[in-house]
This record gives sequence, C-alpha cells and structure tokens, in this order.
Amino acid sequence: MSALTFTFKQNTAQRVDLSPLVSQNLHGLSAAEIAALELQAGNARLPVAELFDISGADVQDIVIANATAKLDYIGKSSAGGKISVLGDAGAYTGMQLQGGSISVSGNAGLYLGCELKNGSIVVGGNAGDYVGGALPGNKQGMRGGSIIIKGNAGSRVGDHLRRGQILIEGDAGDYLGSRMLAGTIAVLGQVGRYPGFAMRRGTLLLWNTPPLPAYFNDCGANTFAFLPLLFASFKGLNSRFADSGLAFSRARRYGGDIVEGGRGEILVKV
Amino acid sequence: MIINGVVIDATFAEAFPMKATRVIITAQNEKWALIAAQTMTGFATSVIACGCEAGIERTLSPDETPDGRPGVAVLFFAMGGKGLAKQLETRAGQCVLTSPTSALFAGISGGKPLPLGKNLRYFGDGFQIAKKIGGQRYWRIPVMDGEFLVEATTGTAEAVGGGNFLVLAASPEQGLTACEAAIDAMRKIPNVIMPFPGGVVRSGSKVGSKYPALGASTNDAFCPTLKGVVKSELSEDIESVLEIVIDGLSKEDIDKAMRAGISAICELGAANGVRRISAGNYGGKLGPYHFHLQEILA
Repeated sequence: MSALTFTFKQNTAQRVDLSPLVSQNLHGLSAAEIAALELQAGNARLPVAELFDISGADVQDIVIANATAKLDYIGKSSAGGKISVLGDAGAYTGMQLQGGSISVSGNAGLYLGCELKNGSIVVGGNAGDYVGGALPGNKQGMRGGSIIIKGNAGSRVGDHLRRGQILIEGDAGDYLGSRMLAGTIAVLGQVGRYPGFAMRRGTLLLWNTPPLPAYFNDCGANTFAFLPLLFASFKGLNSRFADSGLAFSRARRYGGDIVEGGRGEILVKV
Repeated sequence: MIINGVVIDATFAEAFPMKATRVIITAQNEKWALIAAQTMTGFATSVIACGCEAGIERTLSPDETPDGRPGVAVLFFAMGGKGLAKQLETRAGQCVLTSPTSALFAGISGGKPLPLGKNLRYFGDGFQIAKKIGGQRYWRIPVMDGEFLVEATTGTAEAVGGGNFLVLAASPEQGLTACEAAIDAMRKIPNVIMPFPGGVVRSGSKVGSKYPALGASTNDAFCPTLKGVVKSELSEDIESVLEIVIDGLSKEDIDKAMRAGISAICELGAANGVRRISAGNYGGKLGPYHFHLQEILA
C-alpha cells in the first residue's frame, strides 16, 4: 500500500488547520470520505479535496507534499504512524503528539512539538520559537519523546519542558530552556541570551560556552557518568548527534537558576 | 557410573525455587568494580542467615557495560521478592554507593521491578537528578567524588537455588584441589553463582536437628570423623567431603554448571585422590528440582 499523500495546491492565502489529517482520524475511511473531510482554512471550512490532491491509501504513512508554512497543526495529537512533510510546516507541528514520527524536510514554525507526549519529530531546516514548549497559560511543555532540529531554533526552546529531549544541531535563540522543569536540551551551535531563565531542573547540554547569566553559578569541571549513556542513546539517530566524535564525558557544570533553587544545570563541553 | 576411577553415585541433588536478579557494577577500572562487587556480595553465602545468596557471575569488558567502563555482573538470589528487594537496596546503598567511581545498572529485564536508585536517590538530599535515557530511568546522585549514577530499577527472574554436589576425597588437600578445579570450570558458565567461600562449603547440612529450634544441622552421614557412630555414607578411604552449591537462573543453567564442575573433577580422577561424587539428597523434603548426577553426566 502506498503512502497516503496530500499534495497542497497552494490555492489559498489563508492558514489551514491540518489537525484532522492524522492516522487515528483517517483509519477506516474511504478515499471519498477523506476527500470530503473539512479543514478550517481562515474563517472557512473547506473539504480536503479542494485544498489537496490526494493519492495513496496507507493512513500509517502520510505525506504532506508541496507544503508551506501556512499549514498548521500537522500531526496534532497523532497517536502513531509516520507523517512526512515535504517542504515547510506551519505552527504547532506535532503539538501533543502521542506517538509515531513526524519529519519536516524544510522549516517549521512556532510551537513545534509543543506539549509533545511521545514520539519523535525531525526538522531538516530551522524551527521557530517555543519548540517543545507549553501553550500560553499551561504549566507543562513537552513531557516525553524527542525533537531533532538540523538547523537553528528560535527563542524559548523547551519553555516549561517537563521530560524528553530536544537536540539542535545549529544555534538556539534567547531564553533557551526557560522555566524548564526537567528533560534535556542539547545544542551544538551557539546559544542566545539568558539561557535557563527560571529553570527549575533539567539539563542544557552545550558544546559552546553561552553568555552566562548572573543566575547561574560555576560548579567547576567534572566527569559525568551519565553522558556516555546519553551519547550512546543518540547513536541510531538521523542526526549529527549520532557522531561519536561529538561525544564527551567531561563538562563544566553551571547550576541554576539560583532563584529557583539552583537544581537545573548547564553542562558545557571542556 | 565410574569416570576416570571416580564413582558417580546414583542419586540426585535437590533444589528449590528462588527469586533472582542481576546487577552490573562499573568503575574506573576492573579493580574498583571488583572491590564494589566483592563488598556487595559479602556475607551472602546462604539465605539461612544472610538474607540472600549472592556472588560475582563474571567480569565484563568495557564494550559489555552500559557506560563503557570495566564492570562486574552480580547475581542475587532470595526466597522471595520482598527479601530480595531489601537485601539489594541495603547492599547497593552501603557497598556500591560508597565505593569510589562506581555506577550501578540493571543486569536483567522483566519480572517485578526491584528498586535500585529509586529509593537511594534520597541520599542526594534534593540535589539528585533523574535522567530517562533510551527508555530507562537513571538517577544521578551527587557524591564527594562526583556523581553516583544508578539505574532506577532492575528486573527479577524466577530462579533455582541450592543445586549441589559432594566431592568425596582421600584427603582434605586433594578434595580442595578438586573443588578448585571445579569452581574454575563452573565460573565460565553464565547465569550461575557458587555463593559459598571460594565456591566451596565444608559444613554441608541435613534437614532437621535434634534441637527443635534448628531447621538444619551438620550432615553427619558425610562427616568423616563420625563414620563409626552414625549411619555413615563414607567408606574407610574417605577423609574429606566438600560440597559445591549452585544457584542459577534456571534448572538448565545449574545442569550445565554441575556438568562442567564434575567433569573437571573427574579429569583429575582417582589418581588425585577423588573417590566419589555424591549429592545432597534429602528424600524430596528440600525442594521440587532434582538434579540426577548420572543423567547430567550421561
């Protein structure tokens, strides 16, 4: 069975909510029923067939082709299967994902993987602000699974992060790991201002020393036994993080945010 | 059955069901991994008074351990899961947490999870850090030489304890030499431990005693100095009997270990003073697992 492919006609100027196009919603539906499903596009509700050319039938293997940044909520709450976005993805991609995987060949917008519960997301390009964060007003962001960004990420990556890991191959913006509760964020590139702001627990794992804010204190360099395990777990990933040459076990530890008790940490390769 | 002049008795050893677990201890080198493992498995020869039976299964090369450092696999056996959990936690806390550079990991999956770092983490006084890596949960506990890394739980397995055989020799020296050869061979078999000192017991017991408070007492039928006053199992030419006790994760593992051990002894043969191989047969009173010596060696 070939992948169920939705090729975006790019015939609307409005943003489109793609949250209905996940495997658990499409399971058991005929091609005609899928074509007739309504999607919110701006203030209108339009049938899928009006916005997309549809081919294939495997609801566990969904492809969004010719995608643009106007397509929001791709894979929202998806419980399993694979979603491949060929092009860019809009905001809230993988929001509250429960399982399975999402890949985006281009860039992703705001709130990528926000409140993600399980599963994995890989973005080939850049991602916007609030990767793995919590929706405004909510107290817990991503709480499991993993997000890999091969390019750069915006500000407030991992805001309120509760569990899981975010791996950024490029740079990360300001307020990395703000209000973080636990989990791990690793950044190979540079990091913006105010990392770990109001961070309670968790780990920011960095290859380059960030601009260290006043609310983090230097705990010195040491060898960390968990790092070899963590790097070993990266080995199967489709990412630069799988490169064993990047692994290290000695790091300088900065404890903070002191205001929040100093139980979070920034580990910087030495 | 006679092998190389050694008589193999037509009898069987009795063993009983136990709960078991395996943990992996690593350290900066094998020396310190072994120190932690030996400390953790000290005073763990018999469930009768030690609470558990434990021993080093084997050393592990860096490519066999979770953190890529030299390690040691340790097996624990107890009569029930609760007792096993208590012993494991106490020993992990007092013997591995305390040992410089050590880390502690689960060595078996499945069964009811037993706490390893799950409760030890409180030693961190709030500074402990949980990390979920590859689906497993670990605790990082700050200690004075850095961090103690410990997996949250380990698994349990249904196991068999008390497999045994007796080595009857012409002299204590010859009996011990034979047992040393057996233990060397048996330590190559996975999933088993020989929990007694050096793997060998000289005070084998029978079920029951003339003293009502005691459930076990000296195995008088195999004591050479009582030959003339009890219904002895020993002939005139036997001066020493030693026992090797085996705990294993399955009956088949104990079968293999017994075969390896007895075969090593038989290679020494009667020329080196080994007269007979027998077993602790308690008439079916001790346990449901029976290890027939002649069948194992057939």
